[in-house]
Amino acid sequence: MTLLPLTDLQREIQRTARDFAQRDVAPLAAELDREAHFDHALVTRLAELGFLGMLIPEQWDGLGLDATSYLLALEEIAVADASAAVLMSVHNSLPTQMLLHYGSDEQRERFLKPMARGEMLGAFALSEPDAGSDAAGLRTQAVRDGDDWLLTGTKAWVSHGTHADVILCMARTDTTDARSGAKGISTFILTPDLPGFSVGKKEDKMGLRSSPTVQLNLDNCRVPADRLLGAEGHGFTYALASLDHGRLGIAAQAIGIARAALEAAAKYATERKQFNQPIASFQAIQFKLADMATQLTAARTLLHAAAAAKERGERITRFSSMAKLFATETAMWVTTEAVQIHGGYGYVTDYPVERHFRDAKVTEIYEGTSEIQRIVIARDLLAAVSRGDIDGHLTD
Amino acid sequence: MSETAALRPPLTHLSEEEELFRAAVYEFADTVVRPRVMDMEAAGKIDTAITAQCFDMGLMGIEIPEAFGGAGGSLFMTTLAVEAISQVDASAAIQVDVQNTLVNYPVYAYGTEAQRATWLPKLTGGTIGAYALSEPGSGSDAFALATRAERVDGGWSLTGSKAWITNGGEAEIFVVFANVAPEKGYKGITAFIVTRDTPGFTVGKKEDKLGIRASSTTSLHFEQCFVPDDQVLGEVGVGYRIAIDTLNGGRIGIGAQMIGIAQGALDASVAYLRERKQFGKPLAEFQGIQFQVAQAYTELEAARLLVYNTARLRDAGHDIVREGAMAKLYASQMCARVTSLCVELFGGYGYTKEYPVEKFYRDAKIGTIYEGTSNMQLQTIAKSVLLGK
Repeated sequence: MTLLPLTDLQREIQRTARDFAQRDVAPLAAELDREAHFDHALVTRLAELGFLGMLIPEQWDGLGLDATSYLLALEEIAVADASAAVLMSVHNSLPTQMLLHYGSDEQRERFLKPMARGEMLGAFALSEPDAGSDAAGLRTQAVRDGDDWLLTGTKAWVSHGTHADVILCMARTDTTDARSGAKGISTFILTPDLPGFSVGKKEDKMGLRSSPTVQLNLDNCRVPADRLLGAEGHGFTYALASLDHGRLGIAAQAIGIARAALEAAAKYATERKQFNQPIASFQAIQFKLADMATQLTAARTLLHAAAAAKERGERITRFSSMAKLFATETAMWVTTEAVQIHGGYGYVTDYPVERHFRDAKVTEIYEGTSEIQRIVIARDLLAAVSRGDIDGHLTD
Repeated sequence: MSETAALRPPLTHLSEEEELFRAAVYEFADTVVRPRVMDMEAAGKIDTAITAQCFDMGLMGIEIPEAFGGAGGSLFMTTLAVEAISQVDASAAIQVDVQNTLVNYPVYAYGTEAQRATWLPKLTGGTIGAYALSEPGSGSDAFALATRAERVDGGWSLTGSKAWITNGGEAEIFVVFANVAPEKGYKGITAFIVTRDTPGFTVGKKEDKLGIRASSTTSLHFEQCFVPDDQVLGEVGVGYRIAIDTLNGGRIGIGAQMIGIAQGALDASVAYLRERKQFGKPLAEFQGIQFQVAQAYTELEAARLLVYNTARLRDAGHDIVREGAMAKLYASQMCARVTSLCVELFGGYGYTKEYPVEKFYRDAKIGTIYEGTSNMQLQTIAKSVLLGK
């Protein structure tokens, strides 16, 4: 049952993803979380299904699917394992999209094709220890050295940075005596074989524990000139444009986590008996479940409306931020209530909701905290007011 | 000062004795507990040196008269102690809380003089206790407990299993609830004092939990476990009253734990917000941050007033069924909201174990679950308000 007007193909992809996720991903999730182990076989399995090139045109060895299909599949993977979902989301939304839209044909041939086939895993390196929400304040410096660039700095919060084959990295190409803010940032295509590149500290995280999050250290890392993506000084624009799409992926991930928690809570409520009846027969539990399901459906509907707008070629900055904000706060709330419905059993690792609760929290933080989403939404809204087209924006 | 004001000091105004006590406990938490928190978290165990010092400082018998080795203090002082320790580590705090509110209290309030003389010096002097009511199949519906006590010569034979026993890993003395006459329903429930070395009694698996990981939570198993008559606490068949009355006070302790956790998380966050710069200025200077922190502090203060007032009411001998439920409900919900906010204020750093808010957030979640879930508190409040019960 769904409110979404899906095509037969979209339903087929949703079914395929669900079958795969439930059969091959879900059974491993708890143990991978406990061991904080990155399962590289997962990359292979996702690649076999084409799930690492869903949005890439067939010309570049991808499946050439629409955003809706991709987000439906991503939700299914997230229901099974949020760590697997973040891998799929980052790879599909950020590095591959940047290469597709801004890369040269030669770069697409060399990097995008194997990434779309899932032979190379992509990562995204924007944040730094001191540049999080204020991403344009990043300090990693690129300086010319003959035809090459030498990059020096530390990138932070790089998802699956330990296993990435291609990293789209933002660095400053302006000079210390002529800073030009966001316009001084360029994007480089890094590979781990470059001299001066190393994987740094691995974060010990609350959740998403089977997705390694690391720092990358660049110490005079020598990057050939043909690794510059697009035009010099445009890197920050590329990164933000990619994040518009990335945020849809995180919203889908959050919806998947919330759905998993809701399904577990509803099942538990029908099985657990107290006061001689299933706790699902109590109104207090019913109303919680009703609110959880309503929020979840609203979040999914908003996400897919934003995805449809993207497919129509519209600018979706505001809507992707809204979808991310609403879906991730919904995920946090739904997983919290799911733990609550489980009582003490929700607080222990024997039941999956404990993991869903830990996993959900990061969705409010990465690819722009909730505060940043609110800034984006407010800025877009207020710009519309000053242009005088507020009505059109509010009735969209 | 008017006479009324003199008689009724502000709730958060501590007497000199209370302030000295609070300051001593906080100093202990800050200097002795804090350096060990992450190791205890990783080991899933309270450092025995910390437990020993809690006994030495009188924190394991705060309300028990000095004649029985206690400190002769008040429930309000227990509240202050639990709050102060929770600002640093909720696991160390719950060990103290359970000892005082769930073990010492029923033994003192319902024990005979002989029982007080036998058990309280141990409980105040170095022996950890635990409270055993819940079972795998009876959580919120606590009085549906299935552990049986059968009459045998000279005492009772207990058979059954208990679940979610805080301090179960370390405790030597357990207050255990079992039913002597299931056909009478809750009126068969009876409280027993059981020691860990009793034949037929075993401590089961330790739970792998989201938070308060250094605090042990275990199951207990009784297989024809003999308990002599002089270890029946209170009268046979009134165990349900002892259980409820004990939990009423216990909820104040949990409220105290929750305001302590929230205070600890906010203290860490405020320091971070003043230090962390983005967009060229400290995060503390952004209105979007300021108002969220202001809201959190307001909710924390409201919760503290509820908890303090309930503790003072109980010390003054008033019935606190409704107030205790409200204090525990609100303080635990506040704490979950505030610690969640604190993680977010730290951004990605809040999601890692490098900063303390990650742990505060996981620890906080238990507050809406144990010693009566939020739904059970709502039920208690609703019954009191709507049905006059």
